[in-house]
Amino acid sequence: MTIKPNDMRRRLLGAMAVAPLLGPAMVRAQPARPATRAIPSSGETIPLVGLGSWITFNVGDDRAARDASAEVMRAFFQAGGRLIDSSPMYGSAQEVIGYGLKKLGRPADLFAADKVWISGNGEGRAQMERSRRLWDIPRFDLMQVHNLLSWQTHLPTLFSMKAAGQLRYVGITTSHGRRHDELEKIMASRPLDFVQLTYNLVDREAEQRLLPLARERGIAVIVNRPFQQGALLDRLGRRPLPSWAAEIDCTSWAQFALKFIISHPAVTSAIPATTRADHVRENLGAAAGRLPDQAMRARMAALVARL
Amino acid sequence: MSEWWTYSLRDLLLFSPRTYTRLFELYNLEWWPLQLVALALGIAVLMLWRRGGERAGRAIAVILALCWLWVAWAFHAQRYASINLAAGYFAWAFVAQALLLLWLGGVSNRLTPAPATRMQVHAGLGLFLFALLPFPALGLLSGRSWTQAEVFGMAPDPTALATLGVLLLAGARPAWALYPIPVVWCLISGATLWTMDAPGFAVAPLAALLAVGLAVAARIKQAGAAQPGR
Repeated sequence: MTIKPNDMRRRLLGAMAVAPLLGPAMVRAQPARPATRAIPSSGETIPLVGLGSWITFNVGDDRAARDASAEVMRAFFQAGGRLIDSSPMYGSAQEVIGYGLKKLGRPADLFAADKVWISGNGEGRAQMERSRRLWDIPRFDLMQVHNLLSWQTHLPTLFSMKAAGQLRYVGITTSHGRRHDELEKIMASRPLDFVQLTYNLVDREAEQRLLPLARERGIAVIVNRPFQQGALLDRLGRRPLPSWAAEIDCTSWAQFALKFIISHPAVTSAIPATTRADHVRENLGAAAGRLPDQAMRARMAALVARL
Repeated sequence: MSEWWTYSLRDLLLFSPRTYTRLFELYNLEWWPLQLVALALGIAVLMLWRRGGERAGRAIAVILALCWLWVAWAFHAQRYASINLAAGYFAWAFVAQALLLLWLGGVSNRLTPAPATRMQVHAGLGLFLFALLPFPALGLLSGRSWTQAEVFGMAPDPTALATLGVLLLAGARPAWALYPIPVVWCLISGATLWTMDAPGFAVAPLAALLAVGLAVAARIKQAGAAQPGR
């Protein structure tokens, strides 16, 4: 049995109709806080869903769009979000994040993650300092080598910065399933705190070696492209959400896709990007409620494979 | 960027279609009513072409060079660079095209209106007029507002297309060095629009390639006619 769009509309209208009868506390009830998972190298916990900034926060000098991005960040923090991820490669995204943090006031528990994306050691340090100024924060929590670019140069720099207290965690990233062999070697030989990679209901290569290796080596995993840059949701959205999705407290395909990712035991946080405050609340909602077990994950993957 | 060949064009897109169209809107609002001046410059180019002669050719080159310089500074460097890391390079390419126009058109008289094949005249005029008037309206078909229009002399695509139109009108002695930058720009712009699934992404690339094809065809025809015994 599936929930059809019309049924869903009726349910929502019904809920709206009884809302005035409920007490103010019930109407204004905050959604459940997102579940967290520990960063293996420290034991510190972070929410299972974070916020990416690729494309969505690259809005340039557009004041209205910057304000809209700040509202996305406000919704993110209000819903219990902490981890925001960016990169110097993302155009004006870092500056827009800095704008949002200044406008909203920087939350004490912000987990700031950025990347170094340049060749050469001196240039890397200068770029990280530029990034820090754009965010306007004392230091980054996590600094990652973007897409393995010049990782042999940057990793020693990042480890020395961590030792000096200039950042808290060191990571390395890839996306779109690129260079997994090389990433695997780095994960096996370097004391990384984090690795960031692409993993979703369709792109599941990481399950074979990288995710097990991350667990074995105690490396936290950030997952990018959870919706395949929206393509996955476009595909799924043409069909109704299966009724059994309610068994894991899913109310949308976005939550369906995210719950699949964050239910993998090696995954620490997924970082969907969005331009809409309602979507960011929906995304963080995926980290609340029940998560699929192994059998349910198999069912979810099988469904998507058939579509 | 490492292993750049493993990236698809869509992987390199850094901004959303909404951000891209808002870029033109903010740009147009900032500089209004300069669009009317640009339109007047476009009409002036047409009138100079009708008048003919070396002075007219030099004036056309100067007007076009000013347009390319303006787009380099006001659009690429001041606006587009805020969302596209490559825009700085685009700005320099547009400056280079302006200098080429000044050198080849303003000094060497290679933009002097000259006898051309009927096809060249029709295509050149058609391309120039298309860049001047219908092109800014094309966005309306895909839901963009007038304030987001791309205008000759201010936006890169119509400026490149209009320049290719003028090159066709310059007739029998094509200044080939003036072709690459407008053509490559049209291809880059088309690719950008394609990654955003924008309707009409093929318009500028096809028009640019058509201009090159016609210029080459006219040159071949001219060379054939000049051979003895034919």
